[in-house]
Amino acid sequence: MIKLEGVTKIFPRQKVPAVKNLSMEVAEGEICVLVGPSGCGKTTTMKMINRLIEPTEGKIYVNGRDVAEVDPIKLRQNIGYVIQEIGLFPHMTIAENIATVPREKGWPEDKIQERVDVLLELVGLDPEVYRNRKPADLSGGQRQRVGVARALAADPPILLMDEPFGAVDPITRAHLQNEFLSLQKKMKKTIMFVTHDIDEAIKMGDKIAVMRAGELVQYDTPDRILSAPADDFVVALVGHNRALKRLNLVKAGDVARKDVPVAKGTCSLEEAKKLLQADNLPVIVIVDGLNRPRGVAYKEELLRRNGQAHLQEIMTPLESVADEDATLYDALSTMLNYGERYVVVMNHNKEFQGIITFGYLLELMKENGS
Amino acid sequence: MFVTCGGAAAVYFVENPGSAMAARVLTYNHLAVLTAQHVGMVVISSLLAATTALPLGILISRPRLRLLGTILENIVNIGQTIPSIAVIALSFTVLGLGFNTALFALWLYSLLPILRNTYAGIMSVPPGVREAAVGMGMRPWRILFKVELPLAFPIIMAGIRTAVVVNVGTATLATFIGAGGFGHLIVTGIMVRRLQLLLSGCILSALLAMLCDHLLGMVEEKVKASI
Repeated sequence: MIKLEGVTKIFPRQKVPAVKNLSMEVAEGEICVLVGPSGCGKTTTMKMINRLIEPTEGKIYVNGRDVAEVDPIKLRQNIGYVIQEIGLFPHMTIAENIATVPREKGWPEDKIQERVDVLLELVGLDPEVYRNRKPADLSGGQRQRVGVARALAADPPILLMDEPFGAVDPITRAHLQNEFLSLQKKMKKTIMFVTHDIDEAIKMGDKIAVMRAGELVQYDTPDRILSAPADDFVVALVGHNRALKRLNLVKAGDVARKDVPVAKGTCSLEEAKKLLQADNLPVIVIVDGLNRPRGVAYKEELLRRNGQAHLQEIMTPLESVADEDATLYDALSTMLNYGERYVVVMNHNKEFQGIITFGYLLELMKENGS
Repeated sequence: MFVTCGGAAAVYFVENPGSAMAARVLTYNHLAVLTAQHVGMVVISSLLAATTALPLGILISRPRLRLLGTILENIVNIGQTIPSIAVIALSFTVLGLGFNTALFALWLYSLLPILRNTYAGIMSVPPGVREAAVGMGMRPWRILFKVELPLAFPIIMAGIRTAVVVNVGTATLATFIGAGGFGHLIVTGIMVRRLQLLLSGCILSALLAMLCDHLLGMVEEKVKASI
């Protein structure tokens, strides 16, 4: 848990405070994202937590202890710290980089090596391949992973992350974000995350703290930031398409309609018609014996046909699909890509999870909008 | 290779002195004495300079002493504008003739390249790297030895190599204050107009300079591989 009480920072020979009377609390196991334009004091705020910068006024508590009373070296060793990729030590191997904090803490060598391998696996890098490489031999995305692994090395309860995914291309960044979120699901660290990218904030944050000129403008959940921005500044920050951005907050698997009928390919057309008429769906999903979607049959097509044929004869291969972890935003974008009014949601085992139709999506957003 | 060349040159000059006057100076014994003097001056003064300038360079690169660093660097910079012969002459007026005076002058003269490169090397460590080290809770002296010095090492080594090579050249001037070395051959050669003598002094000190640079280069590679 991190708690700030009336924290003010005025840098020497400057009149305007970089951070002004800031009070906030990050609950245990939550990701709090500090977001705002450059110079808004977000990085300064973060660096005061591990005492890289000392506050002029106010108190900061980490896990209930006033940081001003803790030895800064001990404090920092128990707070993971990730900065942009330049923070890796270029003259050390990946293993040595990751081992930094355990070495400082004086762990035995065999325990350190074991831990390094565990962490490399955790961030998706093969220890055999990467252990003895230098940071310069790695791609930007891999370096960021090493940065995260290094911060987690001594298993600190708290992480500070300063634009940790800032220096990579958008595709790699999305990957890293997703991986980190699924890691966090298991780790449940208390995280302070700094970014200037509001989309990243919405995606990563349990809470978002919007800052401007050293002051906290709004501290709220991503959903509230998008649906009830505190003032014009926040409105401008989140952009005019905030309704669309809210789609990012909902997982397809969580809202997909699961109570819809599915049919086997061997099902007769008559039976399928009956199934469809019960629900107002544009398609019926055809699954195989293991409940895995194989294709769909369109309602119009189905109603046009008569006779004894089987469903599989009018089956169209499945295109418009989404993973259960995909956001509604991804789901909508898939629908638009394929020009369909539905998207089939599958779980990790490629089994049928549910379906989201365009009309259903509109209803959902209407409900949440109020 | 440099040693072989030097040996061959020495043998050639001793066997072909060109004149009776040069022959009296160019004996194996005398050359050995001059070599010992020259190498002695260079090695001792460079070692002293490195042991002084390295800690000093590290010291002025500490954040609290940055201001002092700028001032000190400027003083040493001004010092470097004084010609080497003047440094030797000036120290002679205070310390008198002899080997020790030459040592002092050479030491003073090689401080700057080492000091400046140590400072510049440590300053060249990317701020993000240093910040990460501090932010992870590394102790200051561990940051110095594990992060800053290894990263600054090539630049520091370049400074030491420059200092040593310049030192070999400057040491030829030490003969004026009676400290001997290859300068003795050069100065005698000029005075009695014997090209053979002059050349032997020049070639031997040039070869010594190259040898020193090469040896230091090897040391650098070794150390680099171990960090």
